[in-house]
Amino acid sequence: MSSEPIPRPFAVLAALAAALFLLPLLGLLVRFPWSDAFGALASPEILTATGLSLVTSLGATALSILLGVPLAVVYARARFRGLRVIRALTTLPMVLPPVVGGVALLVAFGRRGLAGQWLDSAFGIRIPFTTAAAILAATFVAMPFLVLTVEAGLRSMDRRYEEAARSLGADRWTVFRRVTLPLVAPSLYAGAVLCWARALGEFGATITFAGNVPGSTQTLPLAVYIALESRPEAAIALSLVLLLLSLVVLVALRDRYLPTR
Amino acid sequence: MLTAHIQLRLGALDLDAAVEAVPGEIVALLGPNGAGKTTFLRAVAGLVRPDHARVLLDDVVLEDTATGVHVPTERRPIGIVFQQHLLFPHLSVLENVAFGLRARHRPEARTAAMAWLERVGLGRYAGARPSALSGGEAQRVALARALAIDPRLLLLDEPLSALDATTRVEVRRELRRHLASFSGARLLVTHDPLEAAALADRLVILEEGRVVQSGPVDEVTRHPRSRFVADLVGVNLLRGRADGGVIALEGGQQLTALDATDGPVFAVIHPRSVAIHRRHPEGTPRNVWAGSVRSVDLLGERARVWVGGTLPIVAEVSASAVRDLDLRERAEVWVSVKAAEVAVYPA
Repeated sequence: MSSEPIPRPFAVLAALAAALFLLPLLGLLVRFPWSDAFGALASPEILTATGLSLVTSLGATALSILLGVPLAVVYARARFRGLRVIRALTTLPMVLPPVVGGVALLVAFGRRGLAGQWLDSAFGIRIPFTTAAAILAATFVAMPFLVLTVEAGLRSMDRRYEEAARSLGADRWTVFRRVTLPLVAPSLYAGAVLCWARALGEFGATITFAGNVPGSTQTLPLAVYIALESRPEAAIALSLVLLLLSLVVLVALRDRYLPTR
Repeated sequence: MLTAHIQLRLGALDLDAAVEAVPGEIVALLGPNGAGKTTFLRAVAGLVRPDHARVLLDDVVLEDTATGVHVPTERRPIGIVFQQHLLFPHLSVLENVAFGLRARHRPEARTAAMAWLERVGLGRYAGARPSALSGGEAQRVALARALAIDPRLLLLDEPLSALDATTRVEVRRELRRHLASFSGARLLVTHDPLEAAALADRLVILEEGRVVQSGPVDEVTRHPRSRFVADLVGVNLLRGRADGGVIALEGGQQLTALDATDGPVFAVIHPRSVAIHRRHPEGTPRNVWAGSVRSVDLLGERARVWVGGTLPIVAEVSASAVRDLDLRERAEVWVSVKAAEVAVYPA
């Protein structure tokens, strides 16, 4: 493999850029409590936070698939006035500061919120500061990743397969279930993994809307933040664990986001 | 029986064509790209909504814009073999064939699908993915899949165009054999005159959205009624068996050709390559025979002369040659064709 000559100033700046990413990773590795990693990680509050994070991130992913796939179908196939505006607004959480998302969720689903008030008086349901709130917050920030990925898959699929299925007597639901969905499965898989990774890392919207209640809303990122005060070695250990998890996600999606030569 | 009249404007296309096909008949819709063949087919299948249309299949109205009847594609008893076959890549070959049976909630879908696969000789590929099939095999699976739903009409959209030239002849033979076993009407879309002649009983020629001529294959190739049709299909198409450069034609006559592969063949002689003489020609033409003029059709500056006799053939000569040779009906003439002008295709 031969390398093209790179101008010296570029090489220096590029090295600085790489260092910006590699030094923190190195720091985590150096400061990781190698001698007592198990002890640092096996504390009850961390185990609780881990379990809760699995529940909220997987719950958010499931909710995103249930609601997001139909939304992606509408975006890819439907045509009506205002569709583009709605699409832009539902994509907003990808760039919105998560804290703002949390405030917005509170205004909508809080006890005095637009929908929250009604949910409370009609059904006695109060969402804020419950695990449901943590799931909702994670869904809010993560679902757009799934929707956009699935929508792109639907747009690029060969729709003639659907025509072939219809000519064989399949109604619209059968066509979707047996042809469309399997053909966009790679996109659905990639979207779900991205969505899950984003939900797992969710911090700002969660702490704003769901709070930081150990056992019901204190997810891993929140636990890391809290532990940094009292038990920094646990925070570092957890961070490295989460980092490895992210690496696994990146490898799982390598065909999509890492260039293959 | 299919009776379809479709009117549709789509982009540059202005389609207004009527086609009929009776059970047992193979009709080829033939025309250049952009003539509206595939759009016509899609409208018959209900995959595109025409502006004005009336489509009847065995006296059942599938589409009638006058009364607002539109039977959706999934409820039309029509099987389609698509241009690129469109086998579902995520299903096994067997499940592809069983797809229509399952969609119609037929019992024993797997057993029936397996029987169809065996019928096209591909039972051993039941568990394979479509990507493991060759082009010809994929087409047989596509045909089995379309026929498994027991349709009343079979539509084929350029069924051979996805194949490379070397396999096309073999696949065409197979296709003709399998098509023969289907008793309903068959409508085939193609831009290849040889393919149309090899597979169809009747030709419907489409030019810029209009039917310009239709009739039995021999009649249309022999008597094209316009310059366009003459250029498209107005060739002499003879069937026979080649052996060592000599083709024994179905009528008993013989033709000498260069580069003829042994076996069943089509011999194609362009009318412009057929020379007409008043006396026995001198020189080296290998194929010379006598006949009498049956008809002379003037198409602009050129004339198509149909010469009957032991080997009926159409010649295309200039209008001045018609005058100089005094070619009239019943005129006795000699016909010659150079061996190099006889194009031979495996049938």
